[in-house]
Amino acid sequence: MKTWNKIKSWPLFLPVLALLLVMAVNIIHDAATGVNPLSFFMISLRNTTTNGTILYGRIIDIINRGSEVAILAIGMTLVVSASAGTDISVGSVMSLCASFMCMMLAGYGVSSTTTLAVPLVIGLLCAMVMGLVCGAFNGTLVAHLSIQPMVATLILYSAARAIGLLLCNDLIVYVRNPSFAFIGAFLGPIPTPIIITAICIIVVSLVLKKTALGMYIQSVGINARASRIAGLNSKLLIFLAYLLCGLFASIAGIVASSRITSADSNNIGLYLEMDAILSVALGGNSLGGGKFNLAGSIVGAYTIQAITTTLYALGVSSIQAPVYKAIIVIIIVVIEAPPFKDFLRKQSAARAAKGVRA
Amino acid sequence: MEENVVLTARGISMTFPGVKALDNVDFTLRKGEIHALMGENGAGKSTLIKCLTGINDFETGEIHIDGIDGPVKNHSTRDAQNVGISTVYQEVNLCPNLSVAENLFIGREPLTKLHTIDRQSYNKRSQKIMDELGISVDVTQNLENYSLAIQQMVAIARAVDMECKVLILDEPTSSLDDEEVEKLFTLMRKLRDNGVGIIFVTHFLEQVYAVCDRITVLRNGSFVGEYPIADLPRVKLVAAMMGKDLDDLAEIKKEQKDFSKEPMEIAAKGLSHAGTVKPFDLDIHKGEVVGIGGLLGSGRSELARCIYGADKAQTGTLEVNGEQVKINQPIDAMNKGMGMLPDDRKAEGIIADLSVRENIILALQAKRGMFRQLSRAQQEEIADRYIDLVQIKTASKETLVKQLSGGNQQKVILARWLATDPDFLILDEPTRGIDIGTKSEIQKLIVKLAGEGKSVLFISSEIEEMLRTCNRMVIMRDGQKVGELDHELSQQSVMKAIAGGES
Repeated sequence: MKTWNKIKSWPLFLPVLALLLVMAVNIIHDAATGVNPLSFFMISLRNTTTNGTILYGRIIDIINRGSEVAILAIGMTLVVSASAGTDISVGSVMSLCASFMCMMLAGYGVSSTTTLAVPLVIGLLCAMVMGLVCGAFNGTLVAHLSIQPMVATLILYSAARAIGLLLCNDLIVYVRNPSFAFIGAFLGPIPTPIIITAICIIVVSLVLKKTALGMYIQSVGINARASRIAGLNSKLLIFLAYLLCGLFASIAGIVASSRITSADSNNIGLYLEMDAILSVALGGNSLGGGKFNLAGSIVGAYTIQAITTTLYALGVSSIQAPVYKAIIVIIIVVIEAPPFKDFLRKQSAARAAKGVRA
Repeated sequence: MEENVVLTARGISMTFPGVKALDNVDFTLRKGEIHALMGENGAGKSTLIKCLTGINDFETGEIHIDGIDGPVKNHSTRDAQNVGISTVYQEVNLCPNLSVAENLFIGREPLTKLHTIDRQSYNKRSQKIMDELGISVDVTQNLENYSLAIQQMVAIARAVDMECKVLILDEPTSSLDDEEVEKLFTLMRKLRDNGVGIIFVTHFLEQVYAVCDRITVLRNGSFVGEYPIADLPRVKLVAAMMGKDLDDLAEIKKEQKDFSKEPMEIAAKGLSHAGTVKPFDLDIHKGEVVGIGGLLGSGRSELARCIYGADKAQTGTLEVNGEQVKINQPIDAMNKGMGMLPDDRKAEGIIADLSVRENIILALQAKRGMFRQLSRAQQEEIADRYIDLVQIKTASKETLVKQLSGGNQQKVILARWLATDPDFLILDEPTRGIDIGTKSEIQKLIVKLAGEGKSVLFISSEIEEMLRTCNRMVIMRDGQKVGELDHELSQQSVMKAIAGGES
């Protein structure tokens, strides 16, 4: 009982429980259809003609496909915590960064290339700089001009894709070069996006552990005025959160673009801002800002991907999937909502009281 | 009902969760008088007004209005207007993008036979109303083209035209300049002569004596008394508001030391912040405790905030330790060895969702910078030391600070500043809402800090507290530094200085 209570008070308890529930659906479905119930967790090595020997399995697939949302969720968590608002431009910024990068790699006006016009590193740096510029733009609007985050980021939400198309001369630019495609493919047997995501998570965790950034951002998110009196530069910190959010959007954009070896302005990162916000919420973070739990957001990101993958495994068509996804999300969010938690607590208290009487 | 009385409130009581906001309050307003409702912040003035206008539901008591049988209970401002009570607030609640006439008749426009709005007639009627009140405006112009004072008068004209018997003016002058105030007073006197009863809420003492006939004083939600203006000179009014009777104030003698030879810690020249504090000079020597006296809202917190950079000073220069400094925000002041405990603990003090440990180390960490994080062991050591030093009652140092009582939260913020080892500490109401024992400990701490050569700027509503600890006092009135008292500090002299004027 004691250990159970300890587990229950663990901040990641509910996000992880939600993820486990989604997995359980897979297992039950497999069992019901006569497939080995553990096939969900099975990871095997497969030989492919294109990528050589690679890891294969549904879990690997979820972690791989969930990379972009997980990367976005890192930046989104910081933005939500510092400014009690969301950055809804991240999906469009991903697309803009990808377009800029592909334009640089292919050369302006070139629609398809197999050779790189500039070294790959320059292309990647260009994408990241573009991400930082977008982040700085959002950050300035929110932190220095005190525009509501939703409105401020709405500008790039609607404009960034169009700017991307402009940069690509209205073309879908294909960069069919193996050194570029590698980012969205495999490093040895492991999908490269998983490694990139892991690096992002590790770097951010180290920064949060080794510097006071985490406490600063939370402090500003909880009470910006009091933080200022205590010597924090509230505006700079909010700006910084948006800047980092832009940077992570560019990294997610690089991954997404490399997967399809092209810059498809209209489709890269489409609706991913919503998934990123949802990840933060599923991770048990309050969208009202303040305290944050980065690990929760990451678990939330993979939960969303697990739901999508599960629905496809269950044979739900991709057109219908959002309906089921919505239902599952509602259930998870209700479970994590404070009034529901209170309700459960009262129920168990009432049961305990009854037990004493009996 | 007494003759000439237009409104009486008897035994009004009202509780907010945990606080008795009004306790058995009486109020009487006569026809054709301007009646000041006075009291410090939190005395219950606004609550009483809101009971009269139907925004608050009072629990016990009765309100009677001339011409209406039986007690009146308003449930909305509309109800209040129907019985003849109109209110004009500090912020003008009109539409700036409509014309003056449209604002006067909004919601009750005169109609033609075709049930369209009769513009001609209402422009004519509006002009007549404004002319009668002696307000020179073109009623077809948009309201935004006129100054705030005129806008305020339009709001009053609208209230008067709706046949109000009682006009409530809630801090109408706080954003007006002297000339505009005078215009407003002329209008108020005119209305008084027309028989309107006016309730005037303000924190400017001068204005009360300039325009009012009678004063009702509230303190801590209780009725203190009702006085004709001639019977209540300023000093007595201040005494009534603060709850001190001048006659039985015990004189407190204090040892004095001459600080003029000590090196200067802070030298401010002509610092000001528009709208809150007018240019002031202030010198503070090392080891000196300087108090700021004045009523709430007199600009005493604002003076301190101006030095600390919480509100950036717009004019003047500041020297710290003889070196001229530029302070744009609090961190600049902190780097010069300052610290400030703000008066609004909730809004500007605690970071509610962080732990006691994090709250204590926050300012020190901010001073060190983001990249030089205090190790967990250092943080815990500092937290433990200060929890012990100022005796914070908390379950553990990891308890969230919002779970602590108000007094302990205050101690956490005090600990936060002590941890930065400041040379100059501003304490704005550090003892508010704290029990007696803790109060005297904080006072002892202030004296101890001064003994270590640190300078303290101390703001408190309790004069005794400042008399006990301060070497010198600065007096503030209406956003202006009006004087300094450095010898013969006594309740009498301080209260006299606060009240100002001849009496």
